[in-house]
Amino acid sequence: MSLMNTLLQATDLAAAYSKMGAAIGAGLAAIGAGIGIGRIGGSAMESIARQPESLGDIRANMIVAAALVEGAVFFAIVVCLLILFL
Amino acid sequence: MFSVLSLFFAMQLGAASQEGHEKHNDAQHEMTPSTESTEHSTESHESEGFNPGTMIIEHVSDSHDWHLWGEGDHAVSIPLPVIIYTESKGVILFSSSNFHHGHASYEGFKLNHEGQIEWEDESNKEVLYDLSITKNVAAMFIGAILLILMVTSMAKHYAKNQGKAPKGFYNLLEPLVVFLSDDVIKPNIGPKANRFMPFLLTIFFFIFTLNLTGQIPFFPGGANVTGNIAVTMVLALFVFVTVTFSGNKYYWKHIFMPDVPVWMYIIIIPIEVLGVVLKPLVLMLRLFANITAGHIIILGFFSLIFIFGAMSPTLGYAVSPLSVAFTVFMSLLELLVAFLQAYVFTLLSAIYVGMAVEEHH
Repeated sequence: MSLMNTLLQATDLAAAYSKMGAAIGAGLAAIGAGIGIGRIGGSAMESIARQPESLGDIRANMIVAAALVEGAVFFAIVVCLLILFL
Repeated sequence: MFSVLSLFFAMQLGAASQEGHEKHNDAQHEMTPSTESTEHSTESHESEGFNPGTMIIEHVSDSHDWHLWGEGDHAVSIPLPVIIYTESKGVILFSSSNFHHGHASYEGFKLNHEGQIEWEDESNKEVLYDLSITKNVAAMFIGAILLILMVTSMAKHYAKNQGKAPKGFYNLLEPLVVFLSDDVIKPNIGPKANRFMPFLLTIFFFIFTLNLTGQIPFFPGGANVTGNIAVTMVLALFVFVTVTFSGNKYYWKHIFMPDVPVWMYIIIIPIEVLGVVLKPLVLMLRLFANITAGHIIILGFFSLIFIFGAMSPTLGYAVSPLSVAFTVFMSLLELLVAFLQAYVFTLLSAIYVGMAVEEHH
């Protein structure tokens, strides 16, 4: 019964809770981007240190991989923006 | 280098001061109570007058006039032609200045709150085809004219000076074209690269030019074209059509009869079929989200000045140098993103086309 009451109260604040959810989602997406691109950058640094003459190839592939990871992150950001503005 | 940065600073300061003047005038005008202004003041999270959400949405979305400067009743903007097709009235053409920024209706049409054209009579459900030249369409025309001039003059120059090194502007474009041709398109497509070279190079330069002109804060730049999901959807559609219609039988074999044990077909085939549609879709979303997010971040940093300024003018002035510094930094990052997103779009399109025309080895 108390659960029903809590849920019913939540519907009054549904808009506020959805915005909070969107904000938390955007923050989590940023964490995901940070971790992913940080790992890509880290392994790129290590490979360049091991073999400095392949600098150009590694740099190009690092940027491509970073752009692909960012693509996934932007899915999450777009969903959060849709929650905020729709 | 320093002179470039100081020019950037000056431009951003100029743009910021324009916004500020008009927002203060707007605050004085909005003192008369009306349902709309109370709605705005309950939605905005600081004092009345400046609503950062509305300003940001206005700047990243399309509109029927090209706003130059000013705000509200003092706005100076270039009215763009409105072209509507309906079953009952046929093709109608008029200037969007007849709408008086959404306050008036004309020939049975009006502008709604999002700036879109609707029937004035709400009960009329007839389909309305809005084919207007909006801000994004005009910006695309400007970008296209720029590109055509650039590329045709480059082609003429190369035809006349065979074998000689180019000078000036062509010297700037040549490493870009050679880099794309030799490091992006040819390795990924293989021997048939020349068939797709014009298409992929056009995609790159189109996206790059539109991204760059979108970063310029004033006319004729400043239109968020590649941040419009309809534009990126059409670009992705072109890639999808190219890949689908130039796919040879090995491409379709990889999708519908891949080289895996037969019991895995039930898992792999849906994934592959989904992938055919999903890959261009992701291209569309990636470009749209990157460019729009960049614009929103820059506009958000600008808005900080006015949010703090609404609390007290001293705070506003104090925040200004910080905000302008952040905005300049983000704008420089956006220049990198403009190039990077065009490059990634072209690279992935080249990879997908390469997968479509790949011969059996």
